[in-house]
Amino acid sequence: MALPQPKQDATEARIAALSLPEGGWSAPARKDALARLRAMGLPHARDEYWKYTRPETLVSAEAPKASVFDSGEAPIFGERDRLKIVFVDGVFDAEASDELALEGVEIARLAEATDIHWAKDLYGTLETNGQTPVERPLAALNTAFASDGILMRVTGKVAKPINLIYHHKSESSDAILHHVVKVEEGGDVTILENGPAAARFNKVMEVDVADNAGFHHVRTQGRDHERRAATHIFGRLGTESTFKTFTLTVNGVMTRNECVLELNGDDAVAHVAGACMGDGDFHHDDTVFITHDAVNCESRQVFKKVLRNGATGVFQGKILVKPDAQKTDGYQISQSLLLDDDSQFLAKPELEIYADDVACSHGSTSGAIDEDGLFYLRARGLPRGIAEDLLTIAFIAEAVQEIEDEGLQEEIVERVEAWLLRRRG
Amino acid sequence: MLEIKNLQVKLEEEDKQILKGVDLTVEAGKVHAIMGPNGSGKSTLSYVLSGKDGYEVTGGSAELLGEDLLDMEAEERAAAGLFLAFQYPVEIPGVGNMTFLRTAVNSQRKARGEEEMSSTEFLKVVREKAKSLKIDAEMLKRPVNVGFSGGEKKRNEILQMAMLEPKLCILDETDSGLDVDAMKLVSDGVNALRSEGRGFLVITHYQRLLDHIKPDVVHIMYDGRIIKTGGPELALEVETQGYAHLIEEEA
Repeated sequence: MALPQPKQDATEARIAALSLPEGGWSAPARKDALARLRAMGLPHARDEYWKYTRPETLVSAEAPKASVFDSGEAPIFGERDRLKIVFVDGVFDAEASDELALEGVEIARLAEATDIHWAKDLYGTLETNGQTPVERPLAALNTAFASDGILMRVTGKVAKPINLIYHHKSESSDAILHHVVKVEEGGDVTILENGPAAARFNKVMEVDVADNAGFHHVRTQGRDHERRAATHIFGRLGTESTFKTFTLTVNGVMTRNECVLELNGDDAVAHVAGACMGDGDFHHDDTVFITHDAVNCESRQVFKKVLRNGATGVFQGKILVKPDAQKTDGYQISQSLLLDDDSQFLAKPELEIYADDVACSHGSTSGAIDEDGLFYLRARGLPRGIAEDLLTIAFIAEAVQEIEDEGLQEEIVERVEAWLLRRRG
Repeated sequence: MLEIKNLQVKLEEEDKQILKGVDLTVEAGKVHAIMGPNGSGKSTLSYVLSGKDGYEVTGGSAELLGEDLLDMEAEERAAAGLFLAFQYPVEIPGVGNMTFLRTAVNSQRKARGEEEMSSTEFLKVVREKAKSLKIDAEMLKRPVNVGFSGGEKKRNEILQMAMLEPKLCILDETDSGLDVDAMKLVSDGVNALRSEGRGFLVITHYQRLLDHIKPDVVHIMYDGRIIKTGGPELALEVETQGYAHLIEEEA
């Protein structure tokens, strides 16, 4: 079916502004992705999947400018022993990065890798799978045009986290990065990401977690007010594997984070969580699609949004349980704390269940600060501001606790506390 | 210490007068009890004194140690030395009991221009006081009041009171939901805090609590007023005869 003309024009305009990296092992996957992108077209405001988030600025041929914001705070994860991999406006910074070598993991750059068998099999594969039943054109665009990215093959239990660090230094940068993570059987890795990557950032991370393997992911998207980002995580989970991802977003005029997971092996566990703090010109969209296609798997989606001064939060979360996925335990909660009447939260929770022996629950709420709790704290002498902050931290706690490592939990909470403190002035 | 004169209060949202002229003075070192039938305004009095939203003072005054209470924010009243032990302590998921206690202690100290308590000193003091109230380390770690039994919640209130060392303590039906043993434990906690410089206002329905926390003065409240004041024997009279004859006397 031919695309409507405006959609086709917009898609071609965007494609024309990019150049397809030539040759190399990824060329067939890129060519395929480009063909798929042309067939589906970039998102349009009238697309059902983009009902709550306007895609214009994410798909325009040129990235809207975003002034560089210096938060003045030390980068998160800085005190930790980790392997640093640094990108500035989407360009790899070798000098600021550590040597790409770590026991238990092979690391290569997408832009440099010569024919890597495992990556060739995986690059674009999970992204392609994730295009049904819902199309995700920005991810196809990413697979076609990604300028770089990190390829990681985890063969053992990696002793320290791998930290992808992003810096935004140019007002007009438009970065496209594509990471691929393959965790082999018995392997275990923690990947940290932090910082605003560019004025506009399109990122895909494909994660293949084999049987009995573990993947842990914690990211913060950077306190950069004007930046825009569309990110996708595509995950495939093997038997008895674990996949946990948490994202903290503070500030950002436009963020769309999609997470698309397939639980293919029995007894797999997937936790997808996020907390965002929005003040003013802030739009944050969490779109999650979890497919249960094996027996006795568990999935949890926990999303908390704190919104004020006209900030907007969106949650679209779906659990799809296939006919054979008996004993599925699916949980989904999305909540917003609206600190004034100007802010809004739009939620679309969905369950689609074809198996008969499952336990799935979902809930979505929007509310103000609990007045009884606030009075209780103030009656004990806590000034209103401190009491409100404490209740705000308490509100996001359920999401933060989805992070397995308690030290990382604390670091995330400290970030939020600092942000709240500054807001209070 | 606490001086309430002709206090009149209505609900903010509806035209309903709850307190119709309350006069009450609590002296330092004394325990005053307020009894009265449901709906007489006892809990409203405790909320108005501690600064809860939703009430409008239409007349009268309330002073704590000469300071106008009604002019202060709830947290300022707390720092000035007022403490309300809640009838229904609020559950606050996500906030650790210990964090809460420490923030409360140090917020009050800061407001009074005093030095904040160090974490080691705080830990030492809190452990000691928790022990006498049979509050274990697990309860201190848990989120404030979440999953606590009725008795645990009330013991937690008394622990807060002990940590904050207020000048005037209001106990709002602290005996509700307590079994005999828990009532003993809570009462012992309260009695340990009785001192010359501290006043108590104990709101209760039952004489039973007053067997443990012996009052100096007993007030009967009805329809938004104190209708009778007497010694501990007044509470016994209520226990055996109820309120009806007192109300008739008043009418």
